[in-house]
Amino acid sequence: MGSDALFYAFGAIAVVASLLVIAQRNPVYSVLLLIASFGALSGLYVLLDAPFVAVIQIIVYAGAIMVLFLFVVMLLNAPHEDTVYDEHVHPLLRPGPMRFGAALALAFGVELVWALTRGGSSGEFAPGAVSSVASIGRMLFTDYAFPFEVTSILILVAMMGAVVLARRD
Amino acid sequence: MLNQYLILSAILFTIGAAGVFVRRNLITILLSIEIMLNAVNLTFVAFGRALGSAEGQIIVFFVMTVAAAEAAVGLAIVITLFRHKESLNPDSFTRLKW
Repeated sequence: MGSDALFYAFGAIAVVASLLVIAQRNPVYSVLLLIASFGALSGLYVLLDAPFVAVIQIIVYAGAIMVLFLFVVMLLNAPHEDTVYDEHVHPLLRPGPMRFGAALALAFGVELVWALTRGGSSGEFAPGAVSSVASIGRMLFTDYAFPFEVTSILILVAMMGAVVLARRD
Repeated sequence: MLNQYLILSAILFTIGAAGVFVRRNLITILLSIEIMLNAVNLTFVAFGRALGSAEGQIIVFFVMTVAAAEAAVGLAIVITLFRHKESLNPDSFTRLKW
């Protein structure tokens, strides 16, 4: 089936790009690869009949947030990571908390996959029900009007916080 | 199909968590947090699709707003830290350690 093949293709792109994000030493490449990962996720949202989320994933995430990251990476002009450890040492073999953290993340991943593959009904999606932008907008401004307005205050506070924090005094 | 989406989301979340633990660069750590947020977003949309409701997409909208605010404030903090120490390694910011 076509949508299954698309799911695996987009999923593979997302996973490989995300892996490369944390494997890259140059943050500029990390940011660009993360944009590729977000593009693949946007395709998955289209497969999930969520066109609104797919579009704001591209516009807000890839367009705004990642450009902000790229801007800061280029502004700081510190592309290469300075560590006390040799970068050629595998992260799992480094001393102390880093090894513990990597082992913890690995155990977490194994646990999650085990829990998800342990059986249960493989829920096939019910057909139809493309949620339109109009219905989402109606819900946002009726049932979720209060959280929506709180969101605007959050954005205002974040904007003021960023200006105050990055100010040179 | 829901299971496959959840497994993919778990894999992405794990990659993000591993990135936070393993990498020693503040910008890459923030990027790993974004990967984790996106994995959670995928879970919300997949469950919303399985349950036939648009609420999953509404909460994704709020998560994206919070992620934008987090990225703006986090990057401002990174810029301030870089001005003080000329470094992006979190191990070099130990002033508050006792």
